[in-house]
Amino acid sequence: MRNDWEAVIGLEVHAQLSTESKIFCGCSTRFGDEPNANTCPVCLGLPGALPVLNRRAVELAARAALALGLRINRRSIFARKNYFYPDLPKGYQISQYDQPFSEHGELEIMTAVRDAEGHAREWRPKKIRITRLHLEEDAGKNMHEGLPDTDRYSYVDLNRAGTPLIEIVTEPDFRSSWEAYDYVNHVRQTLRWIGASDADMEKGNLRCEANVSVRRKGEERFGTKVELKNLNSVRFMQRAIEYEIERQIGVLESGGSVVQETRLWDDRAGETRPMRSKEEAHDYRYFPEPDLPPLVVTDEFIARVRAEMPELPSARRQRFMDQYGLAFNDAAQLTTDRALADYFERAAQAANNARAAANWVRTELLRELEASKTEVESCPITPENLGALIRLIDQGRISGKQGKEVFAEMFATGKSAEEIVRQRGLEQVSDVAEIERLVEQAIAANPKQVEQYRAGKEGLLGFFVGQVMKASQGRANPKIVNELLRAKLNG
Amino acid sequence: MLITEADIEKLATLARLEITEEERRALTPQIASIIAYVEQLNELDTSEVEPAIGGLTPEGERTPTMRDDEVRPSLGQKVALEEAPDPALGYFRVPKVL
Ligand SMILES: [Zn+2]
Repeated sequence: MRNDWEAVIGLEVHAQLSTESKIFCGCSTRFGDEPNANTCPVCLGLPGALPVLNRRAVELAARAALALGLRINRRSIFARKNYFYPDLPKGYQISQYDQPFSEHGELEIMTAVRDAEGHAREWRPKKIRITRLHLEEDAGKNMHEGLPDTDRYSYVDLNRAGTPLIEIVTEPDFRSSWEAYDYVNHVRQTLRWIGASDADMEKGNLRCEANVSVRRKGEERFGTKVELKNLNSVRFMQRAIEYEIERQIGVLESGGSVVQETRLWDDRAGETRPMRSKEEAHDYRYFPEPDLPPLVVTDEFIARVRAEMPELPSARRQRFMDQYGLAFNDAAQLTTDRALADYFERAAQAANNARAAANWVRTELLRELEASKTEVESCPITPENLGALIRLIDQGRISGKQGKEVFAEMFATGKSAEEIVRQRGLEQVSDVAEIERLVEQAIAANPKQVEQYRAGKEGLLGFFVGQVMKASQGRANPKIVNELLRAKLNG
Repeated sequence: MLITEADIEKLATLARLEITEEERRALTPQIASIIAYVEQLNELDTSEVEPAIGGLTPEGERTPTMRDDEVRPSLGQKVALEEAPDPALGYFRVPKVL
């Protein structure tokens, strides 16, 4: 971004809550069933059907609100948002409007400036104000391609209609695309961590929209904002915002003005385009939903949700730094996922060496998991077994290099380190008397080299080490071999 | 509240109704009189009254009405589409949107 300009960005995130049934009826929320199989009079919008609120959806929304630093309103009301679209069978979406579920959030995120390749430099904290987090139902799905005659027809699947969502709206507090990127990742990580949503963007379980405007630095007033949609991944969103900032600056610098509109990101073309729309004038005519009573939550309910809340990722990251002496990047990597953080912590305890455990998990383990497309929950190496492997290395019973081989076999077979070391006869010989015997043999067998070494050709030490290692089939502890050889040859 | 023909036009658009010019002229005073009738309510001072959503008293509002998160049988694709004017391949088929 050019130096004399500033971007002003606000975000809206929609996340699907992890319930078994829909928000206002008992239909399943399962993904991938045959079209329209999971529908009933309530979610089809048939006359006379009445919505009944899913308690679990409220609990998960409350968890999300507290984890993201919002205040939960003791009384909120549902409202009808009226518009016509084929994926909205009732002709309105049940949402919340002037009395939402929760408001006035303040969330501290970590954000970093990135270099041209997108690598983070220098993380710093930033506070983001969250305007509101409210409950609503999702719409169905329109299919515009992959079916017959899509030049004339659209197809509607209402399985998703009535799925519980939370909508999280921020104040226009972001000043760069990377801040927006770091925020959405924070929200995504938090929602997954607390089990409120699986936040899978590929399945459409997490969707975001960005409002972007630019203004000259020092200007108080906001510029005209453009709404960005079709941001199907966090990276797409970042690129779309970046493109849009530059586009708007270009328009303004060439004397034009920004048009208030909705634009769609086209990742293949790498640009945003105005959305073709027959009706831009939004007039949703919100009014209170007469079929649902106000949502009243008690102090006891909030206290219970709070008590059930796990240690949040940012707190855990800080604790990993304080308690185990890990660097920010390492602690952040180990807390991307709750199962991974749990794994690391159990391995660290079993190893009695947190730094080594952190290194093994961050490098070897994540690489193997990635390569074999395995979730950490079903990792063939238990954290206790990884801890045991680290102890074997720390005790000098196997070398670090052998450790990696043992690790690979543990991952492939699920066997314990001890078992593999025993079966493969890998254990290092650290018994001084045993090594001393091999050292003496090597010296006795090579009198010429001994003479040369003593005459000053010290490079021959390596030759003797090699002889001893060979005699021990590679199992002698190299440190002890070195020490003993030096002592004997020099003595 | 003054109701103009432009308001009627906008309402018709929002409601996806096609109306003729004749109808628009006829509807304008009719809607205006309905609104004037309802507007009488504004004469009452309700500044001290809490809005009753769904007609509930505060006790009524606190009555638990939520359901547990349990999957109940759905209608299924066949029944869901039975009343649809133009089902195809398990979907509701509609004129092209987008
Ligand atoms: Zn249903």
